[in-house]
Amino acid sequence: MLYRESGQFKTSYDADQAVFPILQDRLCIIAILAFAFLAVPFFINDYWANAVLIPFLVYSLAALGLNILTGYCGQLSLGTGGFLAVGGYSSFKLMTSFPELDMILVLGGAGVTTALVGLLFGLPSLRIKGFYLAVATLAAQFFLIWLFYKVPWFYNYNATGQINVFPREALGFLVTTQKADPVVRYLFTLSIVVVFALAAKNMVRGRFGRMWMAIRDMDIAAELIGIRPFLMKLTAFTVSSFYIGVAGALIFSVWLGAAESGETYGINESFLVLFMIIVGGLGSILGSFLGAGFIVLMPIGLKNLLVDWFGMSAVFAKHLEITTFGVLIIFFLIVEPHGLARLWQIIKEKLRLWPFPH
Amino acid sequence: MKLRNWLVAAAAAVVAMPLAAVSASAYELTIPSMDYRTGPYAPNGIPFANGWTDYWTMLNERDGGINGVKIKVVPCETAYNTKQGVECYEKTKKEGSGALVYQPLSTGITYQLIPKASVDNIPIHSMGYGRTSAANGKIFKWVFNFPATYWSQASALVKYIGDKEGGMGKLKGKKITLVYHNSAYGKEPIRTLEELSKKHGFKFTALAVDHPGQEQKATWLKIRRDKPDWILMWGWGVMNQVAIKEAASIRFPMDHFIGVWWSGSENDVKPAGAAAKGYLSGAFHQPGKNFQVHRDILKHLYDAGKAPHPDFKDRVGEVLYNRGLVAALWGSEAVRAAMKIHNTKEITGAMMRDGYEALDVDAARLKELGAEGLTIPVKITCANHEGPRKVAVQQWDGKAWKIVSDFYDPDMDVIQPLIDEDSAKFAKENNITPRDCK
Repeated sequence: MLYRESGQFKTSYDADQAVFPILQDRLCIIAILAFAFLAVPFFINDYWANAVLIPFLVYSLAALGLNILTGYCGQLSLGTGGFLAVGGYSSFKLMTSFPELDMILVLGGAGVTTALVGLLFGLPSLRIKGFYLAVATLAAQFFLIWLFYKVPWFYNYNATGQINVFPREALGFLVTTQKADPVVRYLFTLSIVVVFALAAKNMVRGRFGRMWMAIRDMDIAAELIGIRPFLMKLTAFTVSSFYIGVAGALIFSVWLGAAESGETYGINESFLVLFMIIVGGLGSILGSFLGAGFIVLMPIGLKNLLVDWFGMSAVFAKHLEITTFGVLIIFFLIVEPHGLARLWQIIKEKLRLWPFPH
Repeated sequence: MKLRNWLVAAAAAVVAMPLAAVSASAYELTIPSMDYRTGPYAPNGIPFANGWTDYWTMLNERDGGINGVKIKVVPCETAYNTKQGVECYEKTKKEGSGALVYQPLSTGITYQLIPKASVDNIPIHSMGYGRTSAANGKIFKWVFNFPATYWSQASALVKYIGDKEGGMGKLKGKKITLVYHNSAYGKEPIRTLEELSKKHGFKFTALAVDHPGQEQKATWLKIRRDKPDWILMWGWGVMNQVAIKEAASIRFPMDHFIGVWWSGSENDVKPAGAAAKGYLSGAFHQPGKNFQVHRDILKHLYDAGKAPHPDFKDRVGEVLYNRGLVAALWGSEAVRAAMKIHNTKEITGAMMRDGYEALDVDAARLKELGAEGLTIPVKITCANHEGPRKVAVQQWDGKAWKIVSDFYDPDMDVIQPLIDEDSAKFAKENNITPRDCK
């Protein structure tokens, strides 16, 4: 009933090729965006911005990036943390070398740098496949983190190897450091994530996306019908790293304000982002958001629920949170191995018939 | 339907939570406690958090708070993780009547909070850790790191080594190796030690141990090959006990192995058993529970059944417990100073900062507080947020820690220029005009 698309006739090619061909989807997206852009800024405060919404958005962006590589092109990567670090450190270098640079350009520059690094580490992907590629990217993770500790140039010869953000503006609005209004920082992050998500959605619907998926599903068959695997894998690595680089730069500059390669961008981050796309749904843009939401918001929600609502001690709640979190991941993997995005699809199909299932 | 109602209620509760927490009530002194009782740093996090919490709670039970105002300690679990630390900070800063001071017990989290707290007008007391150049109160108005910084401590420990070798002149040609936690924390002393090695002519090597530090075989193989005369260690959490066990296994003389004051607690030496005997570490307070304040804590909390963590009773008086206690003791004195300066009982974070800056806890005051000889006298000024800068060395005798040296003054000829340089850099990068401290 709710999701019935009968009666929605497509009378032009444009309508047939729309990003969201179903009217209900379109309305839903518009409502969500309107809420995020127009309603949220009215009740947002430091807590919501720094602890809930900005982390959710930047991890969504990172998950989008990894989903392009792993979900759409089928190349398993464990180097996400390292690429996030490249984004963070290159944004720091850009910020300090060109103090007048607008933050949007800084993020773009960080993205491009990370894309180049991703391209470099993507080179072995033609020869190495599956788990072996995962190991190769794991090496990238360790190498990059080590590099940012080892070479003092990356952190401007600070005594501690820690990088700190400075007040910087985007289009005339202060977006970094705590002095920036949480509303501005939230809207800045949100705008970037929305633009990148739309771009990703269109990319995966288009020529490149189809070729990536062909490589993912069977690379030999794809090669036979004239797709060059090397080129496609490299473009996937590049585009994915660009996304991850921007996310890494946002983590450092807008969200945290200070970073340290091993702590902020450690191997844990790689696994966290990988879990996000597995739980959310491999090869789904919506899944990247759902997965990030699940992994970022669930622990915070549980913590608030257990400590403030049920009055548990902080440490007991923490242990319970770790356990619950693990159990929920296993539960989702058993009940719906294709991720939350698939769950949403099933709900959608049910809603098409509801309330008359026969 | 029922299940759905439950889900809706639960979701609403989660969403409404941070909003509800802000609702006002009677004024209380709100003290956040950034605990870490989980993860690889819990062995060190737990005793400190208990010391910090117990002292504040004891003031409530024994005196009914400070000047009649009750204290509310708000725990938040960070797991020594900076991201969770930031979440905790944002969650607790508006709690109750507003957080008064942050004691994150993590150099990583301190670096995160330094720019945030100065905007939110809440002081940070990074007691003997955190950013060293924050000692310069002219630039770091909101941060206090008394009683001594890592740089002071590095210098003091080198002085101790000089004493044992028979004079600073004898250091020439000696080999000193630093084993450090590969993070902002562990890297803090490197610059100072490099300067000191130039000045005194000892050979300095730094060996990194990656988080969390359970695997150190390669590091200690290198030490076995290099045969340094002295080892310094900047470690935390499980890294400490692993390092001490490794040192014991290569039969490194324990009385030539000195930890920073975060690498010298019971939890660090006990796993190595008898082999750890003779191990040294920095200190600024006495271990043990033979002080009036401990007797008060035992009487009013543990024996009265009001202790937040009752099973900790046998461990009251451990090194890190006393450190948390001393931190809270100085904090409570800052509250008193703030109340006096502003002539109000309902102080804010900004007033608390003034209290810290006017802090003056001398030996007589320590005696009044039931902590005679527990720690060193502290006096803070506008320009000097590091306070007394005194570091002693304590030794593990197989059963207990004992202070075995005098309190050393650091070599400020070396350190002051480094502090000035680093803080000036921070001021320049963040467009801060140094305060005029008169």
